[in-house]
Amino acid sequence: MDLSYGPEYETYRAEVKAFLEANWPLEGEEKDLGLAEQSVLFRKRAIAAGYLGRSIPKQFGGSEQESDPLKGQVIREEFGKKWAPMDAPGIGTMMLVPTLLERGETWMKEKWVENTILGHTQWCQGYSEPGSGSDLASLKTKGELVGDEWVINGQKIWTSGAQTADFMFCLCRTEPDAQKHAGISYLLIDMKQPGIDIRPLKQMNGPAHFNEVFFTDVKTPKDWIVGKRGEGWLVSRTTLKHERNSIGNAAGAEAMFRGLVKLAKESKIDGVPAIDHASVRQQLVEIEGYVQAHKYSGFLQMTAGLRGENPGTIALMNKIHSTNIGDKVAKLSFDLLGDEGLTDPANSGGGLLGGGGSVAGWVSQYMGSLGIAIAGGTANVQRNVIAERGLGLPRDYYASSKSAAGKA
Amino acid sequence: MDFGLSEEQQLLQETIGQFLANENDPNQLRARFDAEDAFDEGLWKGMMELGIGGLLVPDEFGGAGVDMVDAAIVSEQMGFGAAPGPFLGHTLAGLAIALGGSDDQKKTWLPKLATGDALATVAFGEEGGSWQPDQWSPSGDRLTGKKVYVPYAAQADLIVVGTAGGGLALVEPGDGTTIELFDNVDRSRRLYTVTFDGAAASALPSGADVSGQVRDAALILLAADAFGGASRLVEMSVEYAKTREQFGVTIGHFQALKHQLANMALDTEPSRALFWYAAHAYDAVPEDREKMAALAKSHITDRFMQVSRDATEAHGGIGYTWECDVQMWFKRAMFDRIWMGSPSSHRERVAQLSAW
Ligand SMILES: Cc1cc2nc3c(=O)[nH]c(=O)nc-3n(C[C@H](O)[C@H](O)[C@H](O)COP(=O)(O)OP(=O)(O)OC[C@H]3O[C@@H](n4cnc5c(N)ncnc54)[C@H](O)[C@@H]3O)c2cc1C
Repeated sequence: MDLSYGPEYETYRAEVKAFLEANWPLEGEEKDLGLAEQSVLFRKRAIAAGYLGRSIPKQFGGSEQESDPLKGQVIREEFGKKWAPMDAPGIGTMMLVPTLLERGETWMKEKWVENTILGHTQWCQGYSEPGSGSDLASLKTKGELVGDEWVINGQKIWTSGAQTADFMFCLCRTEPDAQKHAGISYLLIDMKQPGIDIRPLKQMNGPAHFNEVFFTDVKTPKDWIVGKRGEGWLVSRTTLKHERNSIGNAAGAEAMFRGLVKLAKESKIDGVPAIDHASVRQQLVEIEGYVQAHKYSGFLQMTAGLRGENPGTIALMNKIHSTNIGDKVAKLSFDLLGDEGLTDPANSGGGLLGGGGSVAGWVSQYMGSLGIAIAGGTANVQRNVIAERGLGLPRDYYASSKSAAGKA
Repeated sequence: MDFGLSEEQQLLQETIGQFLANENDPNQLRARFDAEDAFDEGLWKGMMELGIGGLLVPDEFGGAGVDMVDAAIVSEQMGFGAAPGPFLGHTLAGLAIALGGSDDQKKTWLPKLATGDALATVAFGEEGGSWQPDQWSPSGDRLTGKKVYVPYAAQADLIVVGTAGGGLALVEPGDGTTIELFDNVDRSRRLYTVTFDGAAASALPSGADVSGQVRDAALILLAADAFGGASRLVEMSVEYAKTREQFGVTIGHFQALKHQLANMALDTEPSRALFWYAAHAYDAVPEDREKMAALAKSHITDRFMQVSRDATEAHGGIGYTWECDVQMWFKRAMFDRIWMGSPSSHRERVAQLSAW
């Protein structure tokens, strides 16, 4: 066992540092630009230097580097230390780009990949519907080919970022006569067109990141389909695989835990710093046990990847293990806030992760931790996956094709 | 960067696992568990032939001289098989002498421990939950004091005793040493109360410098044992769910039970990397050694206990019987959790080590 990166990677780390030293933050006139513009400029330079867009071919705007998870890790670490922009965050970079690279047509990659990783183009994910959440494959939004265009009618819900997105990757039922999973196609839709009605849904913690999206005769060109007609379910599984790959990283859990310790140092219980109370110390260390287990399970999986080995059932546990940590952090932080827990978090500006140090941020995280536990597959669904795919237990009767055929 | 087992380590793991599967299957284990004297000479001899006697003893003294990661994966297998016998105390005693002994002490004892010609154990615990070096009390050139929960003291040729000031001393049981069986719930690891009244003792010259490290080794071995035990219970419970039928189907069809089993796996599986890292830190990251050992022990032995309770439930009525294998691991979990200090005592240590 060796957790050091070794001389080769330390040399590489020095190069990354030198690059950052010279390139971030921007200097001169450039530093007066808006953050978004600064980020795009920086990303272009980082791509040219081979630090961003690493898995993306040069012809599509990436830097086409040989896959090397360790270099990726070194870059994340060093960029993180200097708050330098990575590939544009969001569902586009995380899920759509890898899916296009694996399943998309060349023109699609040319049109969207570079713009997405630079941050010019924003995407939203149109999967869930009012009647189709965990049972996603029961979705009903209709796509009908009329001449050279798909005509889309129906409704999506919980669509994060639909208000600001330029495009949606969307699952639609295009083959109404086919069996449930085989009737779905993966369509790309321009969000700036008539017939799309976006109604923000206010989250319990105040902001409205997600939305209802209504489609009335919305059009998209015939060839804006990833994979063939009826292959959308399979294509969406590629995307989910990428979502899972991007979660294995424990940096978020560690940062959250550090924030919690800070909160315990700053809060008082009966006039004494909370961190001096035996029960708080116990609870903190209990959480740290999970955090460290999560962190080193990440290293274990990275090693398995490097060796080309199967990491085993742990790979199915990343999401629920990290959201369980979020849940424990939320509960303890709420105790630590004391009466300040009565604060309305509406103005925290907190995204899903919240925190960020302010009282409102922590109150927001108290609720937001549930949002991430639900989004992208609920805890129960994760447990189904662990039980069925990990432990080899029988498939859920109601979810199996044997049952409830009439439901779809 | 490589956070995984080497081929040799995987081979070691398989060898021990295979040995225990053959020589300590649940029926053999049960017989040993129920015996008056859980020290099974044959099984211990077999382990000695595999070189387990001197796992942490340097090779110049005839030991295997392996890293803590290797020792931990052996301990994991011991937990997986609920292997009865003096592995824990014997291994720690060898380590204590190797780290803190004089040349003479090393030459006298280590080769014999490595081959199994002599059996050793450690006497650390004292009444009132006192397991830590700074809580040890026996003192005197001729040792006086009382130690509790000493594994296999009655069979041991040598006891490494934790003494006042965090020191370590060697005692060969004889005049001035009284040994009484303690009625211990985990019959796979027998415990004794040992009272010294002017017993001849020879202090380890560097005992006080190394006792913390020996304690950390103990915590890591317990954490690894707990991980192995919890894995076994998950496996047993899943197996049972695939065979036991109710309402015309195997009970593994019921989602409530599937989720309980998934939670057990989720309690267990991420702990593997935690005990690996604790062991690796012991070998290679000195600044993390103490804290990670305490964290791994508290976290994983707690998880093992919870998984034991869940496994019992998952088996229904049979799970509540002496006849069911689960109870042997349940009691293993009780031992792992309590021996060398409760999870809460180690969590407080972690808090202190974090300078909170
Ligand atoms: C903050 C947030 C952001 C989101 N962003 C997006 C987005 O951008 N795009 C998008 O498409 N979707 C998004 N979602 C939707 C999310 O994917 C769904 O909410 C989720 O998959 C659950 O579906 P549902 O809400 O219909 O709940 P349901 O499926 O109705 O679940 C309700 C309860 O029933 C349980 N349940 C359901 N089926 C089973 C089963 N088979 N076994 C056991 N229990 C079961 C669930 O665990 C849950 O507890 C977002 C959700 C949230 C909270």
